[in-house]
Amino acid sequence: MVSTTEQRTATQVGPRKGRSPWADARRRFLRNKAAMGGLILLLFVAAFALFGDVLAQYSNEELDYMVMGQIVELGGPSIASGHYFGTDDLGRDLYARTVQGTQISLAVGVVGALIAVIVGTIYGATAGYVGGRTDSIMMRLVDIFMAVPYMFVLILLLVMYGRSITILFVGVGLISWMEMARIVRGQTLSLKGREFIEAAQATGVAAPVIIARHIVPNLLGVIAVYTTLLVPLMILTESFISFLGLGVQEPMTSLGALISEGAGTIAYGTTWQLGFPLLFFVLTLFGFFFVGDGLRDALDPKDR
Amino acid sequence: MKFSKFLASTALVAGLTLQAHAADVPDDVTLADDQTFTFWLLDAIKSMDPQINTDVEGSDVLRNLFEGLYNEDSDGQLVPGVALDHIVSDDGLTYTFNLRDDARWSNGEPVTANDFVYSWRRLADPATASEYAWYMELMQVENASAVIAGDMAPDELGVRAVDDHTFEVTISTPLPYFPQMLVHASTFPVLESVVAEHGDDWTDAGTLVGNGAYTLTQHTLGERVVMEKNDTYWDSDNTVMTELVALTINDVNQGLTRYLAGELDRVDVPAGQYPRLKAEYPAQASSTPYNCSYIYMLNVGEKGPEALKDARVRQALAYGIDRDIIVERILQGGQRPSYNWTHWAIAGFERPQLEWANMTQPERMERAHELLDEAGYGPDNPLELTLQYNTSEDHKKIAIAVSQMLKPLGVNLTLDNYEWKVHTDRMQSQDFDMARYAWCGDYNEASTYLDLFTSYSGHNSGEFYNVEYDRVMGESKTAENPLPLYQEAEEILGEEMPIIPIYHYANVDMVRDDIRGLPQNNVNQTWYGKDLYRVAD
Amino acid sequence: MLTYILKRIAIAIPTLLVLIVVSYVLMYMAPGGPFTSERELPPQVLANLNAKYGLDQPLWRQIATYVWNIVTDFDFGPSFVYKDRSVNEIIAQGFPITLTYGVLSFLLAVIVGVSLGVAAAVRHNSALDYAAVGVSIGAQVLPNFVMAPILVLVFTLWLGWLPGGGWQGPEYWILPVIALSTSFMASIARITRSSMLEVLTQNHIRTARAKGLPERRIILRHALKPAMLPVISYLGPAFVGMITGSVVVDIYFSTGGIGKAFVDSALNRDYAVMMGVTILMGTLTILFNLIVDILYGWIDPKIRF
Repeated sequence: MVSTTEQRTATQVGPRKGRSPWADARRRFLRNKAAMGGLILLLFVAAFALFGDVLAQYSNEELDYMVMGQIVELGGPSIASGHYFGTDDLGRDLYARTVQGTQISLAVGVVGALIAVIVGTIYGATAGYVGGRTDSIMMRLVDIFMAVPYMFVLILLLVMYGRSITILFVGVGLISWMEMARIVRGQTLSLKGREFIEAAQATGVAAPVIIARHIVPNLLGVIAVYTTLLVPLMILTESFISFLGLGVQEPMTSLGALISEGAGTIAYGTTWQLGFPLLFFVLTLFGFFFVGDGLRDALDPKDR
Repeated sequence: MKFSKFLASTALVAGLTLQAHAADVPDDVTLADDQTFTFWLLDAIKSMDPQINTDVEGSDVLRNLFEGLYNEDSDGQLVPGVALDHIVSDDGLTYTFNLRDDARWSNGEPVTANDFVYSWRRLADPATASEYAWYMELMQVENASAVIAGDMAPDELGVRAVDDHTFEVTISTPLPYFPQMLVHASTFPVLESVVAEHGDDWTDAGTLVGNGAYTLTQHTLGERVVMEKNDTYWDSDNTVMTELVALTINDVNQGLTRYLAGELDRVDVPAGQYPRLKAEYPAQASSTPYNCSYIYMLNVGEKGPEALKDARVRQALAYGIDRDIIVERILQGGQRPSYNWTHWAIAGFERPQLEWANMTQPERMERAHELLDEAGYGPDNPLELTLQYNTSEDHKKIAIAVSQMLKPLGVNLTLDNYEWKVHTDRMQSQDFDMARYAWCGDYNEASTYLDLFTSYSGHNSGEFYNVEYDRVMGESKTAENPLPLYQEAEEILGEEMPIIPIYHYANVDMVRDDIRGLPQNNVNQTWYGKDLYRVAD
Repeated sequence: MLTYILKRIAIAIPTLLVLIVVSYVLMYMAPGGPFTSERELPPQVLANLNAKYGLDQPLWRQIATYVWNIVTDFDFGPSFVYKDRSVNEIIAQGFPITLTYGVLSFLLAVIVGVSLGVAAAVRHNSALDYAAVGVSIGAQVLPNFVMAPILVLVFTLWLGWLPGGGWQGPEYWILPVIALSTSFMASIARITRSSMLEVLTQNHIRTARAKGLPERRIILRHALKPAMLPVISYLGPAFVGMITGSVVVDIYFSTGGIGKAFVDSALNRDYAVMMGVTILMGTLTILFNLIVDILYGWIDPKIRF
């Protein structure tokens, strides 16, 4: 798995007054070469996932009987045959499958991260804002949940209730909300004492409204950074699940599933089956890491 | 060898060629110095207790640690184990086995008929809670059902020690293939005193006492099993291999890589790799028939989909699948396409003339279109079904290919991949449309397959109930020559098509070319470490 | 400090109870049982089996019995699938293996990762720095299930230097440890590097430099300790990641470790083994997080418990 520590520094991000902090951040982000590179990568991968099918000569599920059975000799990448990335063991077009796998991996990553962030934010903001006993009970619960080996629970869920993309979304999302809850709670605690919150309370605005209107918007920076850094973790988690054979149902696929299939057969001379999916996997992860790092640096103007 | 009892007996006596089978090393062969055989296991051995084991791989290990009444030779023929021979009573219901007097447990005690009595009772005893207790019922041993149900005490099971070296079994209906069933690991003897003393721990390395050609010296769960030559074994003078090592490797591709790196002497070949390996290592790669059939079971029962209740639809589905592509382009390991249920290599079985087996694929496809059309389905009214399979790279590939093959017929298959336990559970509760299924024969005779689709079989998850089929199979039990009846049963299956045959298994493996003595022509792939030897280059 | 530790241990107990109940209920509700097999068992046999393993009891009773046996006898029950073994025996066999390669991987990841990170930071913008950053970024995203077969292919099949699996002695440890530690090593190197760079710009370092202290001393004495804070907070997730990674290592290298035992137990519905491993992993995670927190407090005394 990959680092999640960046959040620690992310917690230091706070709302700033005076000249527009967002404009400042944007300027810093645009000047950051790595971040811009990452953004370009992400745009490329997203374009590939969304529009890659236009270029495909085959669908992601039809078998090419011409190459089936002789994949090593005939199934390699070739412009002439229309299999730009070669074919898989059944003669299915790897280009079309990589496009489709990228869609699923991105979807799992983004939806999973969003679930984690939404649950974590609501939970953390509530605990921090209400405070007192409720806060300490809620945070104790988080401590308890943190000690659960979640990968195990996720494996259990998928084994027992069949593989479905919904369980995958929810499962990977639920692995990571606790960290978010802690961060948001900390930020909420520090916001609570501010005048504008006190003013809202004094005028009788209800607690949920204060949380939604005043607290959450002030946490957007943290949330954005955290979400971006969470997506690659979700994608990695999904790839592990696919390796265990518990990923999405055929004929759907994910980058993790394609990589795991390709890695199993590297000794047999079909390296393209590993290479192309792995390339898109790595590009996606790099993209998110660089953009995440860039966002954090941009929103956290401490001089580095 | 004693032949006298055979000669005295009736025609019902199994014609054993009573040649003691150990490593038959020809005189002109020089043996290698290192007599170690390392073989591959896909999974950890679940139990080393013959009455508890349920796995094929477990049986491979158990055959070396224990010895039953009979063994099999390289062609699958019976050869003496602990029993030298047997006589059958005229009514075919009582088998009297003559046990050798030089058989010893690895702690030096003699192997007696009482050990078999104890072990067979133990298999049926509800207190043992063996998942293979039904094997006693399958063997028709008298009172087996009642003992398993707990209605009778285990000592009422139809087995008896006449004296130390005479073991008598009473069965409830004549069973021509009864002796063949005695090769099965669950009938192996265990030593009561050791089981009683150590309880569940008796199978630990160092504690386990067996009567086989090897003793267990190490068992690291999921890593390796090491067995060393047992000097108390009656034929240890003729046992050449001094050590057997079984390595667990969970990934077939890793297994092959490690074989090629020299870590294993025998490994299974992953699907699709046989042609390449055969070309590269002609002396090491081989493919031999293996007693299992691969099918898609159709749910024709109450809970099954309406469409599958129509025999025309079932036939169309069967006709629409191009088996040649599956065996030649996906599996590529010498498997054979199947148009019937019983494995082609089963002894004494011949496939009946089935019309669809002889058609070309375009003809079958055309027929499938017609049949579906008659049944009211087609591209305008597509047939929606699910195809369920358990997790495995090969099952997945075949399912994907089949779903694509049936698409032109207007059949849309949704693939459903489940873990083994869930898959099995869904099948047994009739919660499926089409499901991948495979059956491996318990013995080398067609009834092990055909009994499966009788209405009383208990494994007939698709609920194919056919009176005519039941009658044919019932008659076959007592028939002088059951083959015509077996063929009739196959014809009914071909007409009603409650299952879609896909292919007959082959055992595709790589074996070092200096290893000799592995079975060449045994559909059950039963092998014994004591038969093996390694020649010097 | 001591009260803090005691408090944390007190929380661990309800945590484990929650874990037990949740996992047990999940297993109980799942389709298929430990004795579901291809040949449907006759009802009598199934009843015998269920009675033998106590599965005929109501759910709450099963859980209560289970917890009671653990508390009184430290008995995790018999395996339902590996029938001649108890859960204690399975864990006693597999856990030392997992622990061995786990601890080695962990040490390797931390020692090499930190050294590499510090070296890259000290030689900021040098060839070494770029190389370290490049390699670690790549290694960080390469899944270990890709790494493992490549390692076996290269070191076992092509070079013939190392065994491709098994667990018989130190030469069998090398490939699993490399496969498991690489991505964590890379992460730690990156974290160390950026944190070190940050610390090196701080005032106390500038002061130390102004005083003319030798660079080596500055790095080791003054910069390293504060730079370790983000690394330490990464150790928790790294630990959990290694537990997950052990599954891949066990599958590819057939080590006989506990990770594979867990996956198998879930697939085979071996309730007892699955519960045993989950509890073990849960306990380790709790313990490890506690150690990390204590370390954190030791390095940064400003943090109060």
